[in-house]
Amino acid sequence: MEKLLELLEQDCTMPVEQLAAALGEPPEAVRAALKQYEKDRVILGYQAVIDWDQIRRETVTALIEVNVTPQSIDGFDRIAERIYQYDEVESMYLMSGSFDLTVIVSGRTLREVAQFVASRLAPIQGVTGTATHFILKKYKEKHLVFRPQDPEEKEFIFV
Amino acid sequence: MTYENILNQRIQNVKPSGIRKFFDILEEMTDAISLGIGEPDFVTPWHIRDAGIYSLERGHTKYTSNAGMLQLRREIAAYLNRRFDLQYDYASQILVTVGGSEAIDLALRVLVDPGDEVIVPVPSFVCYGPLAEMSGGVPRYLTLKAENEFRLTPDELRAAITPKTKVLVLPFPSNPTGGTMDRKDLEGIAEVLRGTDIMVLSDEIYAELTYGRRHVSLANLTDMYERTVVVNGFSKSHAMTGWRMGYVCAPQPIVAAMTKLHQFGIMSAPTTSQYAAVEAMRNGDRDIEHMREEYDRRRRYLVENLNRIGLHCFEPKGAFYVFPDIRATGLSSESFCERFLLEEKVAVIPGSAFGPGGEGFVRACYAASMKDIAEAVARMDNFLTNLRRKQGKEVLS
Repeated sequence: MEKLLELLEQDCTMPVEQLAAALGEPPEAVRAALKQYEKDRVILGYQAVIDWDQIRRETVTALIEVNVTPQSIDGFDRIAERIYQYDEVESMYLMSGSFDLTVIVSGRTLREVAQFVASRLAPIQGVTGTATHFILKKYKEKHLVFRPQDPEEKEFIFV
Repeated sequence: MTYENILNQRIQNVKPSGIRKFFDILEEMTDAISLGIGEPDFVTPWHIRDAGIYSLERGHTKYTSNAGMLQLRREIAAYLNRRFDLQYDYASQILVTVGGSEAIDLALRVLVDPGDEVIVPVPSFVCYGPLAEMSGGVPRYLTLKAENEFRLTPDELRAAITPKTKVLVLPFPSNPTGGTMDRKDLEGIAEVLRGTDIMVLSDEIYAELTYGRRHVSLANLTDMYERTVVVNGFSKSHAMTGWRMGYVCAPQPIVAAMTKLHQFGIMSAPTTSQYAAVEAMRNGDRDIEHMREEYDRRRRYLVENLNRIGLHCFEPKGAFYVFPDIRATGLSSESFCERFLLEEKVAVIPGSAFGPGGEGFVRACYAASMKDIAEAVARMDNFLTNLRRKQGKEVLS
């Protein structure tokens, strides 16, 4: 049921009954599929996308380019694991191109993030260099745009 | 001044739509849900908007040729061929109009002489009758039946034809019923029309919103091409209502006559919109599929749930409307809608607004978010439960 995954990716708060009707499947089948996807970790979790700026909570996010020396047996995976185990790491990807890993780190303050890079990330054996880019403004995440709703006057036309 | 004596009599005789007061209530409400407006809830896809913007940046701000930009007409011809197997010559058989509505107006005005009869199957969109009247024609309303899922049947058509019949309006997929006409349904209609001089105004604005099957145009059928005027546009298929982009295709002499009217009344359709429309035709097929899939999900949800809560509703195969039967509630469709709006703050449209034959039904548009649709269903359930309770009391007292 790939369509089920697409629907959930758009809005994971849809109740099973709605998903079932939208897919044209019985609710039990949808429930079973969900259970299986969760068990197989095809569905990793369900999270909200939040615009923290609106509630004035200070957060800082940085995108860090990391260069590493791959290890002979596990290649990049072993060293990657050493990095992503830290709670501060929000997302992480292996990259093609001029650096190896993209690490997205968030913290409460600039200092907190800088501290993480200097004292945790850089000293890890195999990490040969880092470049930290702080995110200044979020425009869009997961297809959702960070922008307050434009006030729109309600106007109706009979069509 | 006594304007009644000054204003054109024909125009004065046309009744304005009564639905306005309804919208006035709705506009005042804060947390109301509207399943009332027949308009896509999607914004025009970005690449299409961008093409419009880019045309402005490049300074394309002048009139185009009367019939519409050549490249747009070429693209429309290719699109109609690709999607519906229709063959029209871009140079002489396609006219780009200000929305499908202008196309309907032009078609009726070039075909109808005073006294000619125009068969208008109802319930249907409200413009056909008034536009026919304004051309001096006489609308003959033909009431479609719920048990036929609001299809037009050959017998109904045969019974409606008189020696004065000039035009048959064929509005499928239908606003407000969601009913469609398959090839075999159309074959029956074609059989009745063969050998007559009756022209057909085929309003196919919802053609792309046909579910589980492909839309068939009457113009595809043997002997029908020369009598069919096909109206279509970008509003519903590409979520472009505000751009006002429509077109009409027909045999050359008819398009020539319509172009004459269009040339004097409109000059040319908006240039920015035409550039956007070119992009929509070239690279918009995927958007159509995407939106249709999205509507289809909502459609299935709404039909299933309205039936579940006891509002009988046949499965509409086209457009983005469901047309549930509310006769079991004992209310007229207008009072049903008014009470539903005031008590539960959900707007649906009384079927009676779409002409005779719509009474006893309401139109709900599912071009709304799944959340709103689900909430509307919950409120409808509540409304019906309360209504039954009240009516039960009335019966007891």
